[in-house]
Order: sequence, then structure tokens, then C-alpha cells
Amino acid sequence: MMEAFEILTTASLWAAVLRIATPLIFGVLGALICERAGVLNLGIEGIMTMGAMVGWLTVYWGGDLWTGLAMAVLAGMVMGWVHAMLTVPLGLSQHVSGLGITLLASALSYYLYRLWVEVGDLPPTIEPFLPWAVPFLSDIPFVGEVLFTQTPPTYVALMLVGVVAWMLARTPMGLALRMTGENPHAVEAQGLNPVRIRIWAVMVGSGIMALGGAFLTTAAFNSFFPGMVQGRGWICIALVVFASWRPGKALIGALLFALFDAFQLRLQTVVEGVPYQLFLMAPYVLSIVALILVARRARVPEALMQPYRRGER
Amino acid sequence: MNAGAVLELEGITKRFGALVANDDVTLSLQKGEVLALLGENGAGKTTLMNILFGHYAADAGEVRVEGKPLPSGKPRAAIAAGVGMVHQHFTLAGNLTVLENIVIGSESLWKLGMDREGAERKIRALSVQFGLPVDPAARIGDLSVGERQRVEILKALYRDARILILDEPTAVLARPEAEQLFTILRGMAQGGLSIIFISHKLHEVMGASDRVVVLRGGKVVAERATGQTNAAELAELMVGRAVARPKRAAHEVGAPVVVAEGLSVSSGGGMALDRVRFEVRAGEILGIVGVSGNGQAMLGRVLSGLARPDAGTITFDGRDISRITPREAVGLGIGRVPEDRHAEGVVGDLAVWENAVLERLRDFARWGFVRRRAAEAHAAGLIARFDIRGAGPATRTRLLSGGNMQKLILGRNLAAGPRFLLANQPTRGLDEGAIAAVHQELLMARAEGAAILLISEDLDEAVGLSDRLQAISKGRLSEPIAAEAVDARRLGLMMAGVWETRDAV
Ligand SMILES: Nc1ncnc2c1ncn2[C@@H]1O[C@H](COP(=O)(O)OP(=O)(O)OP(=O)(O)O)[C@@H](O)[C@H]1O
Ligand SMILES: [Mg+2]
Repeated sequence: MMEAFEILTTASLWAAVLRIATPLIFGVLGALICERAGVLNLGIEGIMTMGAMVGWLTVYWGGDLWTGLAMAVLAGMVMGWVHAMLTVPLGLSQHVSGLGITLLASALSYYLYRLWVEVGDLPPTIEPFLPWAVPFLSDIPFVGEVLFTQTPPTYVALMLVGVVAWMLARTPMGLALRMTGENPHAVEAQGLNPVRIRIWAVMVGSGIMALGGAFLTTAAFNSFFPGMVQGRGWICIALVVFASWRPGKALIGALLFALFDAFQLRLQTVVEGVPYQLFLMAPYVLSIVALILVARRARVPEALMQPYRRGER
Repeated sequence: MNAGAVLELEGITKRFGALVANDDVTLSLQKGEVLALLGENGAGKTTLMNILFGHYAADAGEVRVEGKPLPSGKPRAAIAAGVGMVHQHFTLAGNLTVLENIVIGSESLWKLGMDREGAERKIRALSVQFGLPVDPAARIGDLSVGERQRVEILKALYRDARILILDEPTAVLARPEAEQLFTILRGMAQGGLSIIFISHKLHEVMGASDRVVVLRGGKVVAERATGQTNAAELAELMVGRAVARPKRAAHEVGAPVVVAEGLSVSSGGGMALDRVRFEVRAGEILGIVGVSGNGQAMLGRVLSGLARPDAGTITFDGRDISRITPREAVGLGIGRVPEDRHAEGVVGDLAVWENAVLERLRDFARWGFVRRRAAEAHAAGLIARFDIRGAGPATRTRLLSGGNMQKLILGRNLAAGPRFLLANQPTRGLDEGAIAAVHQELLMARAEGAAILLISEDLDEAVGLSDRLQAISKGRLSEPIAAEAVDARRLGLMMAGVWETRDAV
């Protein structure tokens, strides 16, 4: 028991929490932007896979790491565009389209990877992002090690939380986006085009999701392999509900999940006689419990998943 | 074509499939004028206004504001030209604040910040100038319908509207609120605003407009200066024939069918119903009058089996029904006409025949399969018997006009010959012709011995139909009085919660 507690006081655990949380933060922010505009994007799992593959491949082919991230965003936006076209102007089922995008984007990623990359016994690797210690700030004991010796994409993710929160709450665009998720008819009656707003929201949201995938191959690991997104997209969908569609709470949710995950990994080494599968399960079980406790009070965007068609009554 | 007109519609035609909703409509509006647009349900009034505002693109015709043509199908252009619209169904986001609902669309989407203080100042100034008090920080979902209506008007004024269109602004307002609204609108017109409003209530049209345009079947059939016409003529122009609301004939009432005793329901900290007692007898209409929001909705919910009372009993033929489910209510022969026909009356995306049999699916099913032929025949029967226009059994119910949707709901209930019928605001939003038809049906059910509980905000309707009346105020119900014994003053007092019990019946 003491040992378990001691783990919680180590800076390395908390640094790992931020690292594990980074792809989730990107994913949950992306999903949140889509849903705030009224579109559920179950393409997230595939879009993250796509981002992972495209980001890695760009670097493998000689691009620099930042170009890799940019290409991942672009690929995500393309997939988002397909989802948006199917669900917004055509008004098809968002569930079906989203799952279709996940299947399409994942399969396409694996296919192109096999097509373009020679794979030997081990998958080829790239030089990934290295931790970058922020001058001065990283010298602060404990906090410095946790917060300011991360890889650059983690800093981007943390800043993005603030940017998205501010955008949603403070800017005319954020207001238009939220209103589109609440009542697209009201948006149109005020002279804006809810269809266009939804399409853009889905594209931008998908681009951000793809960054989450790209983080895996350009910072957390240095190679791409099938199945590496490992359900993180689905976790993000649940985290959006956990967060009541708010960016700040989404950050907390992502960190909480990452904490469970980092903690169970370390617990496995100190607690003996318990099957390790139970530990692996723990973050998911705890997430479900947290979701049950929190989500009952969540306020869903009223027009979420409701197609909007012009000139129809 | 018309000197001084701020707004001209010329030759507007709009088709939905085979249906011609607007047929070569031409109309103009002068500066500072209040124009009333009148017509039956489905006459094409909303469609015309939606074209003017750019929600729909017309198939033919042109809209000109101050002489300049408006591009079709662009609300943004209409707003920029100074047109503001208050829609028949509110276009507000319930989870957002008043301020957010008002300012959206007024600023460039690419600005990095919003001027909330400036917006709030402007809203407050408009509130004071036009007498439309609202709290900019309040959440729309927490406001009453009257307050939401004000927000809708402020939305238009915030964008500097010079032409204001109001599509049935008073359909959900109680009479005092409606009168207040028209006072405000008259003030606006004197201040130079030009106004078009749509209403089915002829006294409002007579009282508030300068000119009346009547639409029937998508065509302009008449245009009158308000001073040179009267309500009876307008009603006739609208429907194409003379309409008169049917009169209640005196007849014997039977034994009590539904009796409520000490009925209480608490909700949200207060009492929605507070020790309510009433009885409805066979062959009688009991009218419950009152300003909406005083417990009518909860009374309707309890009687339909959608809410449970905390205390008290309701009996139906002596049997306790205070805890029944909606299905049991149907089984017992209790008919219900819900307050909100779109939300609770019909499933808009299903066909008319599906809605016609949904309540009693068991009667139209065999071995778990729907007997579609029988169900469609049943629906066709309802359509013929209750004169539901513009519909076949296969029509999507959403496409029916309000009046015809209401006839479908009534017909579905009355066809089964109910012992008890709950009619909650049965004629809200309906035109004179449809109101007369609904009244006729209710009186016929009464003549056949049904016990009817009529909840209505429309005093003329309640007094005209009911044998006895009770007023509801803050969840409490007055003692009943005979319809013959009422006068306007006494009813007004009763609705304000002041009642004495001297001639209770
Ligand atoms: N989007 C649409 N698609 C198909 N038909 C429509 C559509 N909108 C309106 N209609 C039909 O056009 C006709 C005119 O409808 P409209 O809503 O303009 O009537 P209205 O005069 O406003 O009636 P009410 O008094 O009930 O509001 C109706 O028959 C209606 O069913
Ligand atoms: Mg209408």
C-alpha cells in the first residue's frame, strides 16, 4: 500500500501522465469541436490512425517533424470532409458514416503503409520529437520535470485546450459554432449558414484528431504499426461526454484517464499475485464509473446528431 | 410600382411538389404601416414570409425592399436590407443566453473577441426604448414564452430592422400579453417601422392593423382597409363561406364520470397543482380557464397518465385512475388531445395512417404484424369523417397544416367513442374555419354523452362550449360556476385567483 502511494509522489509518474494524455487531448478536443456544432464524429479512431500513418510517413520520406504534423492535419481534414459531406448536406446517419470513415481511414492507412514502405522483421523507424526542456521553467523542482520537459506536441496540446476554450466562449465564431449545435434554424434565421459552419467544424475537428494519432508515431514511438491507436479514439468519444462538452473538463478527463493508465502500469510491477489483465482493465472500468457519475448531469448540445435541411419544415 | 412602398412582393409563386403554396402573390407595405396577413391554416402565409426573408427561394417573382430587389434565398441579404422576422416557431437556442441569441450573426466570424458590454448596452437601450424588458444574461430555457417572444423581437431590432414581420406572434400568448405586444407594435409603427403580422385572431387584426390582406389557397383573395371591414366579413373572406362557431344546446347531463379530489402535485419546489377538486359529468363540458403556466400543463399530464399526483385521487367511473399509464388510459376509453400537437400529439415523420392507429396498435395487429390494409382504411375513414384536408393515409403527418393535424388527433380520439375526453388548448393556432370544425366535433361528442374536460386560454371558446367553468390560478382551482352565470369581470377576477363560492354549482 505504501509503495502504491509512493508511486503517486514521483515526478516520473506525472510526466508519464502528460505524455499518455497528449493524444487523448487532441482527440477529445477534435471530437468536441465536431459535436459542439452538432455532428458526432465516430470516424475518430480511423482519423487518428490516418494521422499516425501520414505523420510518420512524411518524416520517413524526409520531411521534418513539423511538416509531418501538418500533413497529418491535412489528411485528417480530408477524412473529415468526407464525413461532413455525407452527414451535413446529405444528412445521412452520423453513426453509420462515422463508423464507415473509421473503417475506411484505418484500412487505407494500413494499405498505403504496406504499399509504400518496405517492412522487414521490425518496422522501420524515424527520429522522433525529443523532450524539449523549457529554459528556466524546467529547473523548477518537480513541476519542471513534469510540465516543462515534454516533447513539443504536448505543449501544443496543452495550449490548444486554452485556444479552443477561448474560441468557443469568447469569439463570434465560437458562438456561431455552439448555436449551430443547439439550433441550426436559429443560426440560419440570423443570416449565417449552418451547413457551412458544420462542414468547417467537422474538418477542423478531424484535423485536430489526426494530430493525436501523429503524436503516437512522431513523439511517443518512432514507428507505425497496425492497431497502434488502440481504441484511444473511442475513449475520446466517451471523454467528451464526461467533459460535458467543455474543453477545460476535457483536459481533466484526459489527464484522469492517463493517470489511471500510468498508475496501473507501475502498480503491475509492485503488486504481485494479481493477474496483470486486471490492471489493464482498470483505467477502462474507472472511466466507465466516472462517466456514470458525471454524465447524468451533462448538458448535450440540443441539435447533436440532428440533420439540418434547408427549407424543410 | 408603388410610390413610397418600403416593401414590395411581386408575382411570388412557390410550389412544393404538386402543391402550389403561393400563387402569383403581389403585395406592398408602406412606411409606418401595420399590415395584417390573414388566411386559413395552410393558406401559404408562412411560406410567403419565408420567401420574403430568404428561407425559401421563390419559383417566380421578386421581392423589393425600398425599390431594390433582394437576392432570393439569402436571409443575410434580407437582414442587411433591414428586414427582421419573428418566426411562427421560435428560433432560439434554449441553452444559450439572451445576449448570445441576439448578437449571433451581427459580427464578423473572424473577429477574435466579442464586444459583450457594447452589445449589452445596446440591448438594454432597445429594451427601454420599445418597452421590451429582458435580462440579457438569462438563459433562454428559463424564460416564459412571453419573454422569449420579446427576445425574438429584440433580435430583429438589434439588427436595425425597419420592416418587421411577425408570424403568429400571439399564438402562444395569453390575452393581456398579446394586448401589451400590440401596444408596443403600434408604438413602433408610429416611430417609422413598417410591420406585417399574421394572426388567426380577428379581434387582434381589427384592433391593431391599418390594412388587411387575405390569402386563400396561396392566392390573394382580398385586400381591405381595416376601418372599412369587420370581423365577420374577414372570416368569410378567409374561408370562402360564412363561418359561425356552433352554439351549445341545452341538454340533460348524466352522472359524474371523472372525479378528482384533493389532487396535489409538486414540481420544482412549488405546487403545480394544489388540492384540486373537480368533477366532469357525462354529456357535459367542464371548462378550465386561466392564464397559461398556472398548472394547466400538469393537470393535463396527470390526467393522461404522464405524471403521478403526490396526493389525492382521481376516479373514473368509481375506479381510481390517479396512477394509470397512458396505455391503460387508452384502454379505458380516455381520449386525450395534448397541448403541444407537434411534440405529443403526432409523430411528424410517420404517415397519417400510422399516427391514426398508433394509440391502439393492438386492434390493428395480428400475430405481431400490423394489418396495414385495415389501418389505412381506418385512416381513410377518419379523413373522410373529420374532413382532414390535404392528406391521404400515406401523407407524412408533418406536412399537414395545424388545423388538419388537430382534426386528425381529435378524430383518432373521437372515433373510438371515448367516455372521457381531455382537450388541452384544442384550437391553439387554428383558423376560424378549423376552430368551428373542432368545436362542432367537441359538441357532438358531448351530445353523445362523453364527459369532456376543456382546458383553454381562449375565454370566448371556454364560455361558448362549457356547461360549467372553473378557473385555475397558481395551481389552485376555483369552485365551478355555470357558464350562464359568468361575466367578463368575474372571469377576470377568477383567473387572477380571486373567487368566492356563493353560487357554486
Ligand atoms: N417545406 C415544405 N414542404 C412541403 N410542403 C410544405 C412546406 N412548407 C409548407 N408546405 C405546405 O404549403 C402549404 C402552406 O403552408 P404554410 O405553412 O405557408 O401555411 P400557413 O398559411 O402559414 O398556415 P398556418 O396558419 O397553419 O401556419 C401547406 O399546405 C403546407 O403543408
Ligand atoms: Mg404559418
